[in-house]
Amino acid sequence: MKKLLILFFFKILFINNAFALIEVDITRGNLDPLPIAVSPLHVDIKSEAFDGIKIKELGENISSIVEKNFKATGLFNPLKKEAFVQKPDIAHLKPRFEDWRLIKAQALVTGKLLVKDGKLKVEFRLWDLAAAKEMTALAFTTTPSNWRRVAHIISDKIYERLTGEEGYFDTRIIFVAESGPKNQRIKKLAIMDQDGANTKYLTLGNELVLTPRFNPTNQMVTYMSYFRNMPRVYLLDIETGTQEVVGNFPGMTFAPRFSPDGKKIVMSFAKDGNSDIYTMDLDTRVVERITNHSSIDTSPSFSPDGKYIAFNSDRSGLQQIYVMRSDGSGVKRITFGNGIYGTPVWSPRGDLIAFTKMRKGRFFIGVMRIDGTGERLLTENYYQEAPSWSPNGRVLVFYRETKAGTKGEGFSAKLWSIDITGYNERRLNTETDASDPSWSSLLSK
Amino acid sequence: MIRSLIYSLTFHSVVIFLTILSLPFMLREPIDLPPIVSVELIQISDKTNIPYAPKARKIIEEKKKEEERLVSEQAPPTAKAKEKPDRIPLPDEKKEEKKIVKKKQNPEEVKPEIRQSSEFEKKEIIDTNQIAALIDKAKEEQAVKEKTKQKITQSSQKNSFATGLTLSEEDALRAQIFGCWSVPLGLPYDEDLLVRIKLKLKQDGTIMKSEILDHQRMNRPGQKFYKVLAESALRAVRLCQPLKVPPTGYDKWKNIQLNFNPTEMLKG
Repeated sequence: MKKLLILFFFKILFINNAFALIEVDITRGNLDPLPIAVSPLHVDIKSEAFDGIKIKELGENISSIVEKNFKATGLFNPLKKEAFVQKPDIAHLKPRFEDWRLIKAQALVTGKLLVKDGKLKVEFRLWDLAAAKEMTALAFTTTPSNWRRVAHIISDKIYERLTGEEGYFDTRIIFVAESGPKNQRIKKLAIMDQDGANTKYLTLGNELVLTPRFNPTNQMVTYMSYFRNMPRVYLLDIETGTQEVVGNFPGMTFAPRFSPDGKKIVMSFAKDGNSDIYTMDLDTRVVERITNHSSIDTSPSFSPDGKYIAFNSDRSGLQQIYVMRSDGSGVKRITFGNGIYGTPVWSPRGDLIAFTKMRKGRFFIGVMRIDGTGERLLTENYYQEAPSWSPNGRVLVFYRETKAGTKGEGFSAKLWSIDITGYNERRLNTETDASDPSWSSLLSK
Repeated sequence: MIRSLIYSLTFHSVVIFLTILSLPFMLREPIDLPPIVSVELIQISDKTNIPYAPKARKIIEEKKKEEERLVSEQAPPTAKAKEKPDRIPLPDEKKEEKKIVKKKQNPEEVKPEIRQSSEFEKKEIIDTNQIAALIDKAKEEQAVKEKTKQKITQSSQKNSFATGLTLSEEDALRAQIFGCWSVPLGLPYDEDLLVRIKLKLKQDGTIMKSEILDHQRMNRPGQKFYKVLAESALRAVRLCQPLKVPPTGYDKWKNIQLNFNPTEMLKG
């Protein structure tokens, strides 16, 4: 009898084991952009009037900028407002999650704003509709004229919460604004918000300006300009407008770029008729030679940790991309594909290098891993170059020129952006033709 | 006495007669009930489940691996990891990387082989070429990942033996969740992002309780991507309610674990 009992006991144990936890591997999902509802911000009735701003429409305006930002990422699908089921003020207090789920939204943004004593106070909340809970909430105060930036900051926070990456909306793009006929172009330095608003011109256009580049740590810009046919490298502080000459460089100077800590400039210039790569310390103004080779070395770009430099060289015959340590040692060729490679730019995330490739008369913008493997060509066109990374390393901005007729007609140069997945190619709206874009770091950082 | 006996006999015979008459009616009802259909289902499942499925899976898996080796130049198979001895990370970088690997993995998943293999490779490092080192980092991470991936597929192979879900039932559930899961597209493809969610289900497939198995990882610094993915997976499960579960065998599937692994998708 005892034996039987023991047997029975073991049998029960065995049965329990047989019903071990079922595991199901989910390796696919849908790649549709996340449906998100951006409810207009509720404008507090106690709000006071403020010069030049339509307070009543401010809530709508801010939410529509947030929507535009999201749409532009390709990762989110902002739902149409007509389908919204709750008024903004009530939704902000406590959304009826079931109702929002009915319109297939997975996330909801609500908020309210108050303009009082010349200050704009904004708060917003992001709701997870499936889990019926708040994901993030934030309130801040600023001057009302800053409302566009408020919208961008809200976008950044939500983007960060939903993707795990930093956003890139509260940023600016500096570029060369071009106008006039092709053989007599007027080139001005210009800056705009990442979404194309607030364009400002920083130079008058009587001198040729080239290759503006942002300092990755602050709002300083370095660019090249020709002064009496001598190339000069300038530093410009966007916030204060002060400008200084870093130095006169003989011969052809190319593409100055900041080091990741913002303390050095790396560039190439021709000394004794041969282009090599140099760095310059901005405090001491000491110039240091990095490469010393009989070939043409140009377009240097630092890795985000500052330990390596990627650059172009034709030392193998055709122009290819090389990587070396930041002191110039350990040079290694990383591109071996067919065609000519140029303008390597190290991603701020450090995992990829963006480049321009020319093959059979066509231009490609692409990315590859830092060892040159995994090359992916994102876009192909007649002429395009100068990729620049968004601060989170997800989007590239570059410029594209169209083919001109014999007299230069039909020519245009525009800024475009593309995701590193190769999807979501978009043209950025600029007032004039534009080239040589450079993306700033986050302003609110 | 005899009289009462006769009474008893007639009474009993009436009872027996009635029973015989009514018995066919009682028997007929169970025949009409659906269980026979479900019994058939189980028989089919037994066949598909045990002898064929794991083999087929293995073969498919092997074929896939072969194809990967042939076609993609991006995903270095294990053979590439062996090349490493002549160009491998700096000692200090190597350490950093190891730490990351440790952090990333869930305690149960960090199996000695993974660590050992990298340790073994480390001993053979001689070269000083730093760039090559930096470069190889990516490859090595993938090699490690490849191993973990293999582990996952192994576990799923084991599953088809052990679990009560037939392949078709499992597929139905999987297909349903595919539809609900909006994969966050911004995630890096070269990180170990496996989210395991344990569910307790009601009989109709609605969720009684859901739990992310490594939920403490969500709030660790530097694990934002994991958090985002875990939340998206949880959202998918909730949106999918009620889950498409088989009509029978509640005891078998009332507790179920879903492993969300977006790596394949993010690569493509």
